[in-house]
Amino acid sequence: MAQKETMTVNMGPQHPSTHGVLRLVIELDGEIIEKITPHIGYLHRGVEKLSEHRTYHQTLPLTDRLDYLAPMSNNLGYVLAVEKLLDIEIPERAQVVRVITTELTRLKSHLVWLACHALDIGAMTVFIYAFREREKIMELYEKLSGARMTSNYYRVGGLSSDVYDGFEKDVQEIVDTFPGFFDTYEGLLTKNTIWLQRTVGNGVISAEDAIDAGITGPALRGSGVDWDLRRDNPYSGYEKYSFKVPVGEKCDTFDRYKVRLVEMREAVNIISQALKSLKPGSVLADQPQVCYPEKESVYNSIEGLIHHFKIATEGFPVPEGEVYQSVEAPKGELGYYIVSDGGNKPYRMRVRPPSFVNLSAIEKMAKGAMIADLVAVIGTLDIVLGEIDR
Amino acid sequence: MSDMAENNRAVLKLRESFAADILDVREFRGEVTITVKKENIVEICNFLKTSLAFNMLTDLTAVDYLGQDPRFLVVYQLYSIPNKDRIRVKAQVSEAACRIDTVSGVWSSADWLEREVFDLFGIIFNNHPDLRRILMTDEWVGHPLRKDYPLQGPDREPYKGRLS
Repeated sequence: MAQKETMTVNMGPQHPSTHGVLRLVIELDGEIIEKITPHIGYLHRGVEKLSEHRTYHQTLPLTDRLDYLAPMSNNLGYVLAVEKLLDIEIPERAQVVRVITTELTRLKSHLVWLACHALDIGAMTVFIYAFREREKIMELYEKLSGARMTSNYYRVGGLSSDVYDGFEKDVQEIVDTFPGFFDTYEGLLTKNTIWLQRTVGNGVISAEDAIDAGITGPALRGSGVDWDLRRDNPYSGYEKYSFKVPVGEKCDTFDRYKVRLVEMREAVNIISQALKSLKPGSVLADQPQVCYPEKESVYNSIEGLIHHFKIATEGFPVPEGEVYQSVEAPKGELGYYIVSDGGNKPYRMRVRPPSFVNLSAIEKMAKGAMIADLVAVIGTLDIVLGEIDR
Repeated sequence: MSDMAENNRAVLKLRESFAADILDVREFRGEVTITVKKENIVEICNFLKTSLAFNMLTDLTAVDYLGQDPRFLVVYQLYSIPNKDRIRVKAQVSEAACRIDTVSGVWSSADWLEREVFDLFGIIFNNHPDLRRILMTDEWVGHPLRKDYPLQGPDREPYKGRLS
């Protein structure tokens, strides 16, 4: 009887389809995966440690750099957590703009997922198309916040500034044109034989296993769990919008693909509802001890200048306590756990990154599969290493 | 200790079975936090999962209260998908006995999260299947998220701000 031997293959950290600096040590029996040992931490920047030494306003730009494909979702989770600690309400207009921009962020993130996932499996056309559409959202980001990726647009108490003139028109154009683009992607992929062969039955994880492994977001809904934080634990006024929560049946990569595509259509639907409810008004809460003053008053009055200087140098004190606030980020449940000791800096800030927990289930999903299918599993998990390593 | 926290269903049920382990129950901004002794943490978690449907361990982390005893609190954020409900459990871990039992047998998501707490805080999880560093390199000395670990890293001049 022949002796069974396994071969160890190293994949990454520099590998185009590991979506960043992920290293997987794979044990193979022929082409079948026996064991996967992920190695992470190549992008560890110590965001949680840094935040303990910065004021609450200064911590905000760090959150852009966690999931850099969805910066506004990261900002949103953080500002909501701080607002919960402070127990302040933010104006209606700021809430609606936050909903519009986070849903645009969801589109942006899902477009990168679709592009890279399709490219990994061999459908290059989709990659070019999806990046073309993503560019439109990046342009809107740039007009809105001055940055294409690290937006840093929200503030504790509202927004850094009101939207630019013509914002509604630009968003309306996205609402009008994007469903057609989604049809194009579906036309290229949904009935494509190669796509079906690569995705149907790949990376199966049952609902119980997915919950046990802590998987959240579209990956969990692909396994048939009907759960969405925007609907079940609403924040930022999501209870006012009606939208479908897509759910998969077969728990495989193809179902997760369908779930994310419906989610993109629903994001457009939410944006269009929010755009209709956008009314003029203030975008910053009336909380002078927390929010920066209007630029007009900073430039023209000594009180305004002192006010601005105080907040920029000292920050603001936050009541003692602890909160956990989570949002439905494009990749899953993004949570911020902030412990305050009453000072102007977080005593401890913990980021609960969805990708980190989702990635920990990779062995469960890819064990017994062919090595070529592993890239499909990485793609369908939609991980981003900036968030995993923090 | 507020009434709302005391009347929480999970708190009432926990008090029936684990009265001796509960040290504190608190409610802040609508979130219920239960502080417990670490000895029966696995039983408490098992009870919360099986009897009270907290079927998802959303997050597991720790907080370092340097200068206090016990120094560490291991924080478990639980979520119940059937009831759409959250609860936070905190277990006290002292610096002298810096270890606690693993809950990776209760929820498998605890596996990596506990590795991260071990890596960054140096808390050892008894019976963990694979307790290795996860974010830092294997040969790293020290635990960066401890409050006595310098921000700029070991053996380096502290940053004093820009001089120019």
